[in-house]
Amino acid sequence: MYYGPHTEEDRQAMLAFLGAETVEDLFADIPAELRLGRPLDLPEALDETALRRLFRGLAAKNADADRFVVFAGGGVADHYVPAAIAPLLARGEFLTAYTPYQPEVSQGTLAGIVEFQTMMCELTGLDVANASMYDGASATAEAALLALDQTKRSRILCPDTLPPDVRATIRTYLSGPGGEVDVVPCPEGSFTSERLQAALAARPGAYAAVVVGYPNYFGIVEDLAALCEVAHRAGALAIAYCDPIALGLLESPGALGADVAVGDGQPLGNAMSFGGPSFGFFAARDRFIRRMPGRIAGLTRDLSGREGSVLTLQTREQHIRRARATSNICTNNALNALAAAIYLALLGPAGLREVATACVQNAHAAMERLRAAGARPAFPGPFFKEWVVELPDPREDAVDRVLAVGLARGVVAGTPLAREYPALSRHLLVCVTEARTREEVERLAAVIEEAASS
Amino acid sequence: MNVPPDLLYTEEHEWARVEGDRARVGITDHAQSELGDIVYVELPEVGARVAKGQAFGVVESVKSVSDLYAPVSGEVVAVNGALGEAPETVNRDPYGDGWMIEIRMTDPKETESLLRAPEYRRLVE
Amino acid sequence: MNGEGQAPGAVGLVGLAEPSIYARSRPGRRGVRPPAGFAPEVDVADALLGVRLREVPPGLPETSEPEVVRHFTRLSQLNYAVDTGFYPLGSCTMKHNPRIGEELAQLAGFARLHPAVPEEAAQGALELMWRLEEALCEISGMARATLQPAAGAQGELCGMLIVRAYHASRGEGRRKVIVPDSAHGTNPATAAMAGFEVVEVPSDARGGVDVGALSRALDGDTAALMLTNPNTLGLFDENIAEIARLTHEAGALLYYDGANANAILGVSRPGDMGFDIVHFNLHKTFSTPHGMGGPGAGPVAVRDFLAPFLPVPVVERRREGSRETFRFDWDRPQSIGRLRSHYGNFGVLVRAYAYIRALGAEGLRRVSEDAVLNANYLMRLVARDFDLPYDRLCKHEFVVSAKGLRERTGVRALDVAKRLLDFGYHPPTVYFPLIVEEAMMVEPTETETKETLDDFARALHAIAEEAAREPDRLREAPTRTPVRRLDEAGAARRPVVRYPAG
Repeated sequence: MYYGPHTEEDRQAMLAFLGAETVEDLFADIPAELRLGRPLDLPEALDETALRRLFRGLAAKNADADRFVVFAGGGVADHYVPAAIAPLLARGEFLTAYTPYQPEVSQGTLAGIVEFQTMMCELTGLDVANASMYDGASATAEAALLALDQTKRSRILCPDTLPPDVRATIRTYLSGPGGEVDVVPCPEGSFTSERLQAALAARPGAYAAVVVGYPNYFGIVEDLAALCEVAHRAGALAIAYCDPIALGLLESPGALGADVAVGDGQPLGNAMSFGGPSFGFFAARDRFIRRMPGRIAGLTRDLSGREGSVLTLQTREQHIRRARATSNICTNNALNALAAAIYLALLGPAGLREVATACVQNAHAAMERLRAAGARPAFPGPFFKEWVVELPDPREDAVDRVLAVGLARGVVAGTPLAREYPALSRHLLVCVTEARTREEVERLAAVIEEAASS
Repeated sequence: MNVPPDLLYTEEHEWARVEGDRARVGITDHAQSELGDIVYVELPEVGARVAKGQAFGVVESVKSVSDLYAPVSGEVVAVNGALGEAPETVNRDPYGDGWMIEIRMTDPKETESLLRAPEYRRLVE
Repeated sequence: MNGEGQAPGAVGLVGLAEPSIYARSRPGRRGVRPPAGFAPEVDVADALLGVRLREVPPGLPETSEPEVVRHFTRLSQLNYAVDTGFYPLGSCTMKHNPRIGEELAQLAGFARLHPAVPEEAAQGALELMWRLEEALCEISGMARATLQPAAGAQGELCGMLIVRAYHASRGEGRRKVIVPDSAHGTNPATAAMAGFEVVEVPSDARGGVDVGALSRALDGDTAALMLTNPNTLGLFDENIAEIARLTHEAGALLYYDGANANAILGVSRPGDMGFDIVHFNLHKTFSTPHGMGGPGAGPVAVRDFLAPFLPVPVVERRREGSRETFRFDWDRPQSIGRLRSHYGNFGVLVRAYAYIRALGAEGLRRVSEDAVLNANYLMRLVARDFDLPYDRLCKHEFVVSAKGLRERTGVRALDVAKRLLDFGYHPPTVYFPLIVEEAMMVEPTETETKETLDDFARALHAIAEEAAREPDRLREAPTRTPVRRLDEAGAARRPVVRYPAG
């Protein structure tokens, strides 16, 4: 396949206009010794039919959620995606536009961003939100950088109940300015204000921010209000890493004292897509608006007084402030953020609350069912849509057995934890969303029982 | 181009109005016109120390950012808080209501190296 | 865009105005019904004992599905896009996005795949990632690549952190990164974010790096030089071999910003030019949709000696006879770590791999040939009315200046850009690169016809003539767009970044 339109006559006419004989003449500025001088070694070109065959073959090797019941969680989950989202996102006017640098012909994008920002403010209970980041982990890392800049301190504190990907990403981003991340072990599966207090006291005045999962990686709803208060007393900012679905039901992080709320937008109408693209949201209190990373759209008026929107506060950004920008981010995940705006408009406050409620109800009923199958919850504490089960099978390879039996029975049984939490080598993180059924939970229970007895 | 004769100037386009040991500081008419619509001014707090030639704040237009440089060293004794709500005042009245900070000078002799109006006018014309 | 006070129906048949979604909200109105769950017997307050629940629901709009579909459809109509017209936005490679990529990325085996499925249940996804990495290495002349970075700027951060890790592994704490004055803003922003001090070198009279200034700037404290080649002027730096030699002699690494890779596919490879680290923008060069500013993907390819520093995990292939299996390698002690969750913007990777497989080696080379042909052709047409600051062959894009026009008529590049909107075109990138006054940076791409280029040049010619005749018409442009010029200063002075909710 080739997508260019030129006929040979077109090319000849254009070359003649340029006074060139062949297109090679147009590359005369590339020294001969730097030329490749051979065709690239790539597989042969394919037409659409052959492409479909190849890609369907690859796709068929994956245990997708159409053919398997997925209980894996840990930030990405098999939530309900309303049918209206895909055809709207597929509209070429959204799909094939770029960043709204010309606001007069980008009002659709810009109005969509302001709606998205409004909804993120409403979900998080904070004053200002940006137009999106790459994902939840990088959004959290950028929030950590904001905290370093704001407090002129160099360390970030988080519990080991903050998702491992998020902690690792903060660490990578902090390696630039030479910041450090300290991780507090929480063997009971949730962070307590006593543990936080002790950790903060160990390095007085050192911490720029405390980052807490809400709910945390193990699904447990941390006592965010108490943690924020302790963080503030130590002069640190409080950053909440949130599941946006949970925010339909739980008190907002802003109301509980968080200064910045971040999170991953996959659950809001985005495909799981092997972990990306989704988007990161970033909301904060008013006073941080000029330190925020990323694009922000704002309302204004045109010459004739009509309301419209523009990208605003651009002096924060790399294309203007260059080496002194608040972040280097340029391309973000606008289309995925639009998916979230459409999702939230379709659901409304009642629908979102219903989704969150169904998650809690399904997950708790499933927890009881798995407990009856011998798979007990590993941690106490109220959980939202996922929790850690300890498998009944005492063998060290219990997790592999459950996963293997599951795949044979059409079930992705959960997220293994051993790589990040060696103490949880016989445990699975099980996620039960609003989309699961009682029959599917029965299948999971049967898988666990079969694996234990085989 | 308005270059009041009674002020002192820097090559970075700040002006200083010296009275006793105090110097009131802002940016010149030339600077505000080059910057275009000013949308934000970031200033130090009262009590901050500034040093001659060092940045004491930032002025932003829609698509540019410029540092503000202190013409003299000393302590900031007043800040024009009204610019927070109405940064466009700097465009409208750069030498009057658009002033930025007042410095109690530690070394009034520093003013001797600042530009006089005719010198500054030659610089920008 | 507020409908208030307008006569009924005054919004028009096509989108000229569309109130906020909140204007369509009414208390109690419902859109879609989510699944109700199977356990209504579970008491939520009981399950979440001790947790503070919301007393006030979030202020989300209350609308119906038809209202939502209509609203977002009308919003889309207010946008300009590649699908609706010529979009010669320099440096952004706004070419046609083949729809087969959309179809393939939405196959359930990709779109509905959870990232935590066991490796044996994701072999198709892993194989696709491995083969895409292999293709990008061949195209760039590099040894290994990571697909994790979510966009070009994150690819740059990945690259700069690899630079740091490499020098640190040799016991060196080099602090300086050199960028040319024509660089994209992301380059200095990234270098600073990675903890480096940014040093700028000037361009020479031909638009390339000033080699003399570079050799003076390079020293034992220099960690890397970041370059785009062809650069942001659309010019191939003929001295690149010498630049690479000087950089390496100083013990520094050479970084390739792949924003402009559309010019060199199959013609010349960054690896052969002497670069050590390369990032690609899959949403530019490999034509995955820009989506109003993302999602993109910014894979980073490196020479073999830098492979140990790549982010975790990387995909490895194991061969047993004719059987190939793929797995993630997490055990990489020298890795810079992670840049984000999971493995990258996988859905974007699927589209890019489809593009590469659709075109093959010959097709990719043709992409660059036609992109360069179109740019040179259009440059010569436009140069009749605008100044050419560097009069030489360009690659996939070129920069002209409206300086002469401004001196003659007082009309600026911005006014020309706004007037182009009235002619139905997206304007070029204006006022960038910073080293050209009144710059207009034009990237036609290979997917545009000769007729489109001819028409666009005619439009620019007409505008140049208007500038002389009735300059106010340009200063007041655009007038044929959903809104006219907007008060950006007002927006920045008193930011209102949300609608009042409900």
